[in-house]
Amino acid sequence: MRQIEIKTEDQISDVLEWALAGKHRLAIAGAGTKIGIGRPVEADAAVRLEGLSGVELYEPAELVMQAQAGTRLTEIRDILGREGQKLAFDPPDYGPLLGHPAGLGTIGGIFCCNLSGAARVKAGAARDHLLGVQGFTGRGQAFKTGSRVMKNVTGYDLCKLVAGSYGTLTIASRMTFKVLPRPEKTRTVLVFGVGEAEAVAAMRDALSSEHEVCAAAYLPEGVARRSGVSYLQSENRSVVALRIEGPGPSAEFRCVAIRGLMAAYGETEELHGQNSGTLWRFVGDVGAFVQDDPGVVWKVSVPPAGAPAYLKRLREHVQDMEYYLDWGGGLIWIALPNHTATGGEYAIRQSLNGEGHATLIRGSESLRASIAPFQPQNPVLARISEKIREGFDPHRILNPGRMYAFGGEG
Amino acid sequence: MKMPEPDQEVLAKRDYLVRRLKEIVRNPEGVIDRETDLRAFECDGLSAYRQLPMIAVLPETKEEVAEILKFCAREKVNVVPRGAGTGLSGGALPLADGVLLGLGKFNRILEVDYENRCAVCQPGVTNLAITDAVKADGFYYAPDPSSQIACTIGGNIAENSGGVHCLKYGLTTNNVLGVEMVTMEGEIVRLGGKHLDAEGYDLLGILTGSEGLLGVITEVTVRLLRSPEHISAQLIGFPTSEQAGDCVGRIIAEGIIPAGMEMMDRPAIHAAEEFCHAGYPLDVEALLIVELDGPEVEITYLNDRIGEIAKACGATVIRQSRTEEERMTFWAGRKAAFPAVGRISPDYMCMDGTIPRSQLPHVLARMNELSEHYGLRVANVFHAGDGNLHPLILFDANVPGELERCEQFGADILKLCVEVGGVLTGEHGVGIEKRDLMGEMFSEEDLKQQQRLKCAFDPEGRLNPGKVFPVLHRCAELGRMHVHHGQLPFPDIPRF
Repeated sequence: MRQIEIKTEDQISDVLEWALAGKHRLAIAGAGTKIGIGRPVEADAAVRLEGLSGVELYEPAELVMQAQAGTRLTEIRDILGREGQKLAFDPPDYGPLLGHPAGLGTIGGIFCCNLSGAARVKAGAARDHLLGVQGFTGRGQAFKTGSRVMKNVTGYDLCKLVAGSYGTLTIASRMTFKVLPRPEKTRTVLVFGVGEAEAVAAMRDALSSEHEVCAAAYLPEGVARRSGVSYLQSENRSVVALRIEGPGPSAEFRCVAIRGLMAAYGETEELHGQNSGTLWRFVGDVGAFVQDDPGVVWKVSVPPAGAPAYLKRLREHVQDMEYYLDWGGGLIWIALPNHTATGGEYAIRQSLNGEGHATLIRGSESLRASIAPFQPQNPVLARISEKIREGFDPHRILNPGRMYAFGGEG
Repeated sequence: MKMPEPDQEVLAKRDYLVRRLKEIVRNPEGVIDRETDLRAFECDGLSAYRQLPMIAVLPETKEEVAEILKFCAREKVNVVPRGAGTGLSGGALPLADGVLLGLGKFNRILEVDYENRCAVCQPGVTNLAITDAVKADGFYYAPDPSSQIACTIGGNIAENSGGVHCLKYGLTTNNVLGVEMVTMEGEIVRLGGKHLDAEGYDLLGILTGSEGLLGVITEVTVRLLRSPEHISAQLIGFPTSEQAGDCVGRIIAEGIIPAGMEMMDRPAIHAAEEFCHAGYPLDVEALLIVELDGPEVEITYLNDRIGEIAKACGATVIRQSRTEEERMTFWAGRKAAFPAVGRISPDYMCMDGTIPRSQLPHVLARMNELSEHYGLRVANVFHAGDGNLHPLILFDANVPGELERCEQFGADILKLCVEVGGVLTGEHGVGIEKRDLMGEMFSEEDLKQQQRLKCAFDPEGRLNPGKVFPVLHRCAELGRMHVHHGQLPFPDIPRF
């Protein structure tokens, strides 16, 4: 397969012209750390955008940044850090989970896959922070949506569509996004030895409190032990983790208040600074399942209160599994052994009972080719989605089949 | 404002359509065809434009909605969905040959689910009613457009409504979890639910803010938030609007995101003060209301810091609310700014551009020049935190030519917003009002691409035609694509 390294926007236009003229299919990626998500793409050329890099606009007082799509997240974090700001949705790094080194992911990649970390439960998803996109459609036409301002309802909000479209609608060349101040202080309250159902209730209480808890996760004992945070490793117990942020006095006040609220559920402790950061990266980056034996990993989104019932249903089908909860229970990460037939697809999806969706995040190429990594849609939504794709990319040259086998593509 | 030519064939079969619609809608008063009764629907909040609908229908169930849409699709009749009709851009303006689909009867809150921190509502429930239903339990629904007492949640989704607190809490799109929607073909589908994120393309994300062009919403699931422990506001006056703008920027740059940050210019301050005696200082050029929420310890801490920043920026008045009553008084003037301006002028037109905040002094100066040029006064209220500007242009519709001058002035303001890197509309929507200005912001191809999205949902273009897009293309024409075979300078090897 031809490898095409994009360095300028004009080159994207050229590639598309070439591809359209010869009906060549393109596999599009930033640094390629997430190409393992979704159906394997059969293409004639692999297009990489990591060379299209650089922050082009940053106005801290306006909370806005614009960067070329291939800019590494690590670079963006550094620049934001110098002004005491951050990306509020905790962009995760799935690199190590998917067999790549850490720190290679690009800003275009994170938005085009709409991936958010633990803060999603309060700060919103990646898509909520995407203000504008420029790029090219599969028609080879320059494409622009959104702007650099935070409040904008001019025309359809196509940023939402680009976010999570896995490169099947556009080759994005430039992203404009909202940034936020880094909180003065961050504290993590830990609640030890809580069972699954109680943990979900504890997270509900914390997230429903006035203390603006901004992340809530539950790590069963086996997962907690792998966290790399000494407190958790030595406890040999499950743990509920609740993150609190804010101005110094406020974070401290809230931390005390949350510990008081959680005392009814179990023994509490608090993590500061570096330990807190390590723990939440572990949660967001799915550190628990970065192992030597790369098992199948599913990401399941459910109504948060429904997590225990979901797990109960799932256990009726699958015995050998590991899991942990994020987003207050609304996100269930599940790891199954490699030999699980069809990656456990049937059990994982059947257990949803029609509420929520499941995405295969890690699985072998043959597994990803044989099952539906993305949750199948009902026929009406599938028809609309396919027509949307057709509107952007009538010849289906952009990441064909990556999300769905629309009309037999891919 | 030119609307699409009414379809004479449709108008000719009006009686037949009425008869059939009466068979679909069970409530005998659910189909309205008498001119006097249709008057109630002739405009939305943009009352300068009026049009009687051909027929209005007020269904009560999603099945009725589906049947109506299916029927209209078959009969080639256009449909305009409508919530409470409080929109400010003419998005719910009826069509002479169209069925107006009112969703006012969908007014029940179906479920409050604290376990999942959400509420399930019918689309005709008012924005404020959601908060009212959960307030006693310490919860609220965050987006608070100023029309929240009357506007409906369905309309909020159609317009992606904002409010004064979206700096911290986001717009409608950030607070909606799911909807049930009926397509123009009459199919009932669910997007999202009580869980987060979409399984495929984010259809909920594009439905939000689509101004009634993609589908008709019949149920909504919104996120509920816990009400903050304390709320407090500061009133800060400045000798110049540059200083006020600078202060806003510095507050944010120092890492403080207030719950709300509003700004008024001199004409707005004076009109508001005259109207409701909020105690605003009259010797300042710009006034900020900075609201904080959270635990008392946080408010005290941040209020002090904001006070210091304000002083450093040259504030001449700094007042902090000591009681809830005083806080409400601070807000009373700002919230009454529109009616207050309405009192000092026979008519006014409210604009809604967003600008990069650093451009504020430049934009205000240019606006003053335009004001002189057109001979029309302008008062400004401004969601300062997020750069959303609401210039109110004062005019008298009874003076021949003033409405046209006002429209021209408004268009110039919006063009100015785009010119400085901003947008045509921050929260009111395009509707018919800004439809013909879309070309200022988007290329022809960008607009075509947006309309291709419309084609995916509504290929015949039956839902709310004439809104948002200046030129209506047929979907077949939009789908075409010409590839220049053989004209490439590099037929074999792409140059990378």
